[in-house]
Amino acid sequence: MAFIRVTSPHAHSANSTAGVMRQVLLATLPGLAALTVYFGPGTLLNLLLACTAAVAFEAAVLKLRQRPVMFYLRDYSALVTAVLLGLALPPYCPWWVVVVGIFFAIVVAKHLYGGLGYNPFNPAMVGYVVLLISFPLEMSQWATPKGALVDGQSLPALGEALSKVFGVADLDGYSSATPLDTLRQSSGQTLEDLYRGAAIFASGRWAGNGWEWVNIAFLLGGAYLLYKRIFTWHAPVAMLASLGVLAIVFYDSGSSNSAGSPLFHWLSGATMLGAFFIVTDPVTSAVSNKGRLIYGAGVGVLVFVIRTWGNYPDAVAFAVLLMNFAAPFIDYYTVPRTYGHNKAPRATAKKVE
Amino acid sequence: MSQTDYRDIALQGLWKNNPGLVQLLGLCPLLAVTGSVVNALGLGLATMLVLTGSNLAVSLIRHSVSDAVRLPAFVMIIAAFTTCTELLMQAFTYELYQILGIFIPLIVTNCVILGRADAFASKHPPLPAIADGLMMGVGFLLVLVAIGSIREIIGAGTWLANMHLLFGEAARSWQINLFGDNYRGFLVAILPPGAFLVAGLLIALKNIVDAHIQQRLAASRNQVPKTSRRVRTTGQIA
Repeated sequence: MAFIRVTSPHAHSANSTAGVMRQVLLATLPGLAALTVYFGPGTLLNLLLACTAAVAFEAAVLKLRQRPVMFYLRDYSALVTAVLLGLALPPYCPWWVVVVGIFFAIVVAKHLYGGLGYNPFNPAMVGYVVLLISFPLEMSQWATPKGALVDGQSLPALGEALSKVFGVADLDGYSSATPLDTLRQSSGQTLEDLYRGAAIFASGRWAGNGWEWVNIAFLLGGAYLLYKRIFTWHAPVAMLASLGVLAIVFYDSGSSNSAGSPLFHWLSGATMLGAFFIVTDPVTSAVSNKGRLIYGAGVGVLVFVIRTWGNYPDAVAFAVLLMNFAAPFIDYYTVPRTYGHNKAPRATAKKVE
Repeated sequence: MSQTDYRDIALQGLWKNNPGLVQLLGLCPLLAVTGSVVNALGLGLATMLVLTGSNLAVSLIRHSVSDAVRLPAFVMIIAAFTTCTELLMQAFTYELYQILGIFIPLIVTNCVILGRADAFASKHPPLPAIADGLMMGVGFLLVLVAIGSIREIIGAGTWLANMHLLFGEAARSWQINLFGDNYRGFLVAILPPGAFLVAGLLIALKNIVDAHIQQRLAASRNQVPKTSRRVRTTGQIA
């Protein structure tokens, strides 16, 4: 009997890029379902448009760059970018908004920087931010969730949704302020009054009708990815923790100046989508576990700061891009200790022979 | 240095050593005022004027200024020309002067101007110095107008809007609406990120063109005539 000596590691992970990406796509399903239940088929149309455009742009750029088209298309990375952007965009936004966003995500943010693995910024968030600063009107019109609709109104059916997306009909009747907007513009009302008065809060439990369940669904998807060990817990937990701590500090038990409870911040906007699907991007975040803790905490702080004192509908995209800038800097100071050495080296330390 | 190759000076300024695309000097105005063609043209012309004038003046005094104090002297000259330009713009194109604002006095700090004064004008006689200033200025102006055009077309859907600020009332009708009245405008092109994107893409385009030229030159140099024959130098060819 021959024993073949093999050095460690003995356990091999079967995680390929395509495998990871497929798991991520699978994990977005609960969130997608919640969005569809509460806001109608708008998000589905977003995803459909985004995926089609992403595959087309990806194939075209790969062709131009003389790379093997099918090989890179099969790693699903373009689809993940498209799905994340599609989930973040307001339902029923015009088709050209989606296409422009995907163009910037895939062509500018990903391929102009060298393709998958070389992009310093999260492509989906670049696409989102470009849209947000270019088309503020379209980007700030969120659909009204099911529970906050006026009597006699119902969520748009598929045909109606199509006519909105392709610009035949107007969306005005179906959009309303999101919980984050409502809280920001709650001039002079205590949180209690606001929760009782505003339709979007009155029909919800913690953070506004629909939104809380969308966030819980993304949390479930994220928990699945954690269980599958697609990413470590450090970045998302750090982000949620720092966001929660800041929210507690500024909560002041619900006066008219209150910035909202921790639960409100955790369960509104794109918090959970950001925490488990954006902040965990292996390419654009910090590399080491300690680095990820700092990176995630930074995102959480920025989310709270921009939400509370900024003027945009949500803050996750800006926070993530700002921390993308900082990721190499964080990596520089958080090089892990190598096994067998007492001190961690500096990333740029001179080698001593 | 007896013979000056004006063709080379022109080529250096307009293409090979273009201040905007190759030297990457004067990026601050390049990025800040190129939101529309009229702004870009206004600042480009002003910069060209200062560059040509300061090159001439620096060249004239090049033998009487010692090396140790040359930079302050150059800056004084450039500042004088900038002030002249500023007053001229205030007199003739007041509205544009107000739009461009701080970027006109900031021409003093434009590295292209000090760079050309030190690198070229202080070592050459007046005529080549003027030619160099003019060509560098035109090269910079062209890049400014190119970036301004792209950003204005994408960002606002118009081209040559508000040209009356520079050329008088008759130029008001020059404006071209490229995409009709329903174009929403793509704001990111007019905002600062658009300036970086467009400038980067233009630099990439220039590099592509250069690589192409190189390739064709190399190809033409390596061409061997297919029917090369040894030439007989002795005897008779049958």
